[in-house]
Amino acid sequence: MSETSKTVAELAAGLKAGEYSSEELTRDRLARIRGAGAELNAFVTVTDEQALAAARAADQRRQAGGAGPLTGVPMAHKDIFCTRGVRTSCGSRMLDNFEAPYDAHVVERFNDAGLVCLGKTNMDEFAMGSSNETSFYGPVKNPWDTAAVPGGSSGGSAAAVAAGLVPAATGTDTGGSIRQPAALCGITGLKPTYGRVSRYGMIAFASSLDQGGPMARTAEDCALLLEGMAGFDARDSTSVESPVPRYSEALNGDLTGLKVGLPKEYFGEGLDGDVARVIDEAIAEYRKLGVEFREISLANTELAVPAYYVIAPAECSSNLSRFDGVRFGYRCDAPQDLEDLYKRSRGEGFGPEVKRRIMVGTYALSAGYFDAYYLKAQKMRRLIKDDFMSAFDEVDLILGPTSPTVAFNIGERADDPVKMYLSDIYTIAVNLAGLPGISVPAGFSAGRPVGLQLIGNYFDEGRLLNAAHRYQQVTDWHTRAPEAFA
Amino acid sequence: MDVFTFAIERRLADNSGFPESRFEEAMSLSNEQVTEIAHLARLQVDQADLPEYARNLSDILSFVDAMNAMETDSVEPLAHPLEMPQRLREDAVTEENQREQFQAVAPQVEAGLYLVPRVIE
Repeated sequence: MSETSKTVAELAAGLKAGEYSSEELTRDRLARIRGAGAELNAFVTVTDEQALAAARAADQRRQAGGAGPLTGVPMAHKDIFCTRGVRTSCGSRMLDNFEAPYDAHVVERFNDAGLVCLGKTNMDEFAMGSSNETSFYGPVKNPWDTAAVPGGSSGGSAAAVAAGLVPAATGTDTGGSIRQPAALCGITGLKPTYGRVSRYGMIAFASSLDQGGPMARTAEDCALLLEGMAGFDARDSTSVESPVPRYSEALNGDLTGLKVGLPKEYFGEGLDGDVARVIDEAIAEYRKLGVEFREISLANTELAVPAYYVIAPAECSSNLSRFDGVRFGYRCDAPQDLEDLYKRSRGEGFGPEVKRRIMVGTYALSAGYFDAYYLKAQKMRRLIKDDFMSAFDEVDLILGPTSPTVAFNIGERADDPVKMYLSDIYTIAVNLAGLPGISVPAGFSAGRPVGLQLIGNYFDEGRLLNAAHRYQQVTDWHTRAPEAFA
Repeated sequence: MDVFTFAIERRLADNSGFPESRFEEAMSLSNEQVTEIAHLARLQVDQADLPEYARNLSDILSFVDAMNAMETDSVEPLAHPLEMPQRLREDAVTEENQREQFQAVAPQVEAGLYLVPRVIE
């Protein structure tokens, strides 16, 4: 049990075999969060008491013969998922005092499955960021190098898994917020097809892009977790009514003859040379597995980031209008009148990046600018989706880097929003099209992890996980742990 | 990283069909414009922070103006990635009253009402 790099599948097997109880496992990981893990700032809230109660309940359930495949396994939720009776801050001063009156769909599902939540992970404020530096609770540190960012916005989840504080955590991905931190922290992260996982109780950022998903060490773990997360929920009006495949049973399919596209736009200028080398090596591994590669073009890649930075802020400015200092969240002291109450509660409750995006969105949606910005961006969105659909006429999957560089240093890009936005150049188009994507550890550059991204067609998570799993059968990058946390 | 920005700037420079006046406006927002946007968004912004917001917002708007390099007159906008129709349900009451629970997290309530500063004198 001192082996903290154990996977969800391994821990589930250990619990089933009676090697340890969920309570023992939970105590061990809680101690690790409080001990070696504390300096990472990966958690906003640690829920010792609730976790131990849930662990004891899981042990009783197992004794009574009612355990499911994941019962008793510890995990953490990104602090964007509402948890009844536990603070849900969304990384913001605005919700520093907020205890959700209900559980998110994903939280309900994991509670029902008997997973044990150890706490809520740190994140960029309202999921707006690519480095975790916009959190009200301070930046998260990358376990591979504590001078580096973990990526964002699900940086706390990624750092917690990479450091072995928990074997798995939930994340959300609006423009790359699962895949980019997974890449920068050397773990596996899956962004499902839009509509696959219910958004109920997941605090909204950009509703036409947001999607929750699993973050863990392996593709196998992501498959097990996605089976638990996915499925129809009437409370999310964009939840898709289609059956959830048994992803974990389709991991070993032969890849011979699988056609994979390499978008030339993902390998051009802007891609770090070392990252390119690592991706080339991954392509060579896949060739040995029988995969056939061909060059494809996603011609509008360069314009995906600008389109995203209209659509996401526009939707955020609308979604975040609910934070008014009246019904929940932060309220300023001694408001003079109602307008002062709104303005100061929001001005004091939100950090600079959130305010920037609300203002960009407000401007883009304001009278006279709607067509030039929001409508234009939605047209770009169509072109970007069409690029992917043409590509999937020719290939089964698309492969490339997750991020153009490895983790950068804390503070390095903090004062240049546009430069920060370009961290997500390879992930953003996938959200605009609503496709599934996965980031898989594929190597290192100067001691910092490199992520390989696979993109699939709609609802093709099974094939993504299969391709990622087979790669992990012939490589060991996903088993590496940072020395300081081994 | 900078090559992407460069490529986009180059496209902007090449683009002759761009509406010039709006472009100029978008390229540099004044402090007054930022104040107006902040007012529309009901955000208090300190006077001292206005120049930085003006610069950041101008950079972001210039960056997103790269979209205009693409002619899209005949393109249908895409609002929902799967283009699914909005699901409808029976017009029946499904929620129960949870007022007390919901108001437990409100900053100020009295007798089941949310309290705000006086609006009508």
